[in-house]
Amino acid sequence: METILSAEKLNLYYSDNHALKDITLPVPKGQVTALIGPSGCGKSTFLKTLNRMNDLVDGVRVAGLVTLDGEDIYAPDYDVVGLRKRVGMVFQKPNPFPMSIFDNVAYGPRIHGQRDKKALREIVESSLKGAALWDEVKDRLNKSALSLSGGQQQRLCIARVLAVGPEVLLMDEPTSALDPISTQRIEDLIEELKGRYTIVIVTHNMQQAGRISDRTAFFYRGDLIEWGETDTLFQTPADKRTEDYITGRFG
Amino acid sequence: MKARKVTDGLVKVFVWLCAGITAALLIWILVYIMSRGLPHVTWEYLTSKFGGDDHGIYPMIVSTLCLVGLTLLFAAPVGVFAAVYLVEYAKPGKLVNVIRFATECLSGIPSILFGLFGFIFFVQICNFKFSLLSGALTLALMVLPTIIRTTEEVLKTVPVSYKEGSLALGANKLYTLFRITLPSALPGVLTALILSIGRIVGETAAVFLTAGMVYRVPKSIFSSGRTLAVHLYAIANEGFSFDECFATAAVLVVLVLLINFAADLAGKLLIRRLGGGQPN
Repeated sequence: METILSAEKLNLYYSDNHALKDITLPVPKGQVTALIGPSGCGKSTFLKTLNRMNDLVDGVRVAGLVTLDGEDIYAPDYDVVGLRKRVGMVFQKPNPFPMSIFDNVAYGPRIHGQRDKKALREIVESSLKGAALWDEVKDRLNKSALSLSGGQQQRLCIARVLAVGPEVLLMDEPTSALDPISTQRIEDLIEELKGRYTIVIVTHNMQQAGRISDRTAFFYRGDLIEWGETDTLFQTPADKRTEDYITGRFG
Repeated sequence: MKARKVTDGLVKVFVWLCAGITAALLIWILVYIMSRGLPHVTWEYLTSKFGGDDHGIYPMIVSTLCLVGLTLLFAAPVGVFAAVYLVEYAKPGKLVNVIRFATECLSGIPSILFGLFGFIFFVQICNFKFSLLSGALTLALMVLPTIIRTTEEVLKTVPVSYKEGSLALGANKLYTLFRITLPSALPGVLTALILSIGRIVGETAAVFLTAGMVYRVPKSIFSSGRTLAVHLYAIANEGFSFDECFATAAVLVVLVLLINFAADLAGKLLIRRLGGGQPN
């Protein structure tokens, strides 16, 4: 099994708050890794260290090692723009930009210098197809992205990430703001995308983790309690806290 | 039950009355000015010069438009980017608070003081003489606080999730600013500019102390010029003809409306070009 992303003895502090403690977690290539745990346990924080979105928060300090294909992404001369191109992110609340559907998807390629109209059209089409949205929007690419439904908006956000050609997709509770049918479509989509992409998904929904992930990691109060094959973790958890959490005794 | 109903009714009447009075006042003033002024506004009045036998206001219209344009040319970029600095770049702390306090104080200073400052600094020390340039620089200082404060407020309302989305796709801060933040803030910035236009067009004291009162068509930004408001002030002072005053006032009102519509339209076109679709 090949590891694409990996954290080793990762510690993160928000000013004085020690939010992540000695996390060591390899992310296998082409698989879906789910991060579960009660609110405030550090799973979203951990996700954001993987594409350095925590850089934007004042007072954050990171110690330890995060590597992408063996390279330390926190090295001083590491190219953050390149990192975010390779490691895309989908947020909890759909956040399409207030512009047309086309421009939303073309936004990323344009950042990275793609100006050719024909090429942009091809990227937009293939990305929307990749996100299973093409058939619904192909006749109204010039309409505002804000006119789409919540579920469509989230798939648009996925298409927007696919358009820059990432290798890893980070998803921060991508379905928590959606209705069950839209959630189902996103889950189907994740099923389709895995293999081609490595996916790390934070979820509050343990059934969801069970349905879509190959591996699951359980976070609790800034510690990574245990991780492993999803089936193993759910059926025979090694730690009492994991068992309590997945059986719904707390959280 | 009954008492409550009566109170309810009374409050409703009171609220309606207040709203009605406000609307009625505006309509009354507008109708009054228009009905007394418009009959005297002829094509000749709008296009001929002033002085001698001529009583036209062509030079004043030109001066007013030039002054508005020139002032915004100075004030808009400085104001908008000052706000961008305060919201997006500056670390919250003492310096930002001092700047914010200073802008607030600045907006409370009576315009005649700006006029005196402009007269001493731009007209005399910088030696720009009485000119549109001196006037515009003075007015720019005067409207800067409005532009900065309003833009700041709008920038703060741009959702963080837009910026996050952009940065997560690999955009840097500057790209995000020009492609996401500013276009989203544009309607608000436009409101700030329209408010500023209102102040520029309506200003008298600060203008005649810096741009002068010469009623010729300005040849360049170094020429002196008389704006419509200053003209209105001057002829009302002379007290020759109230018809002329009202005619000028009517033109002033129409001009303000036209400028506002134009600014609004320009903004909408700009938004469409920068941002693409509107909701629905």
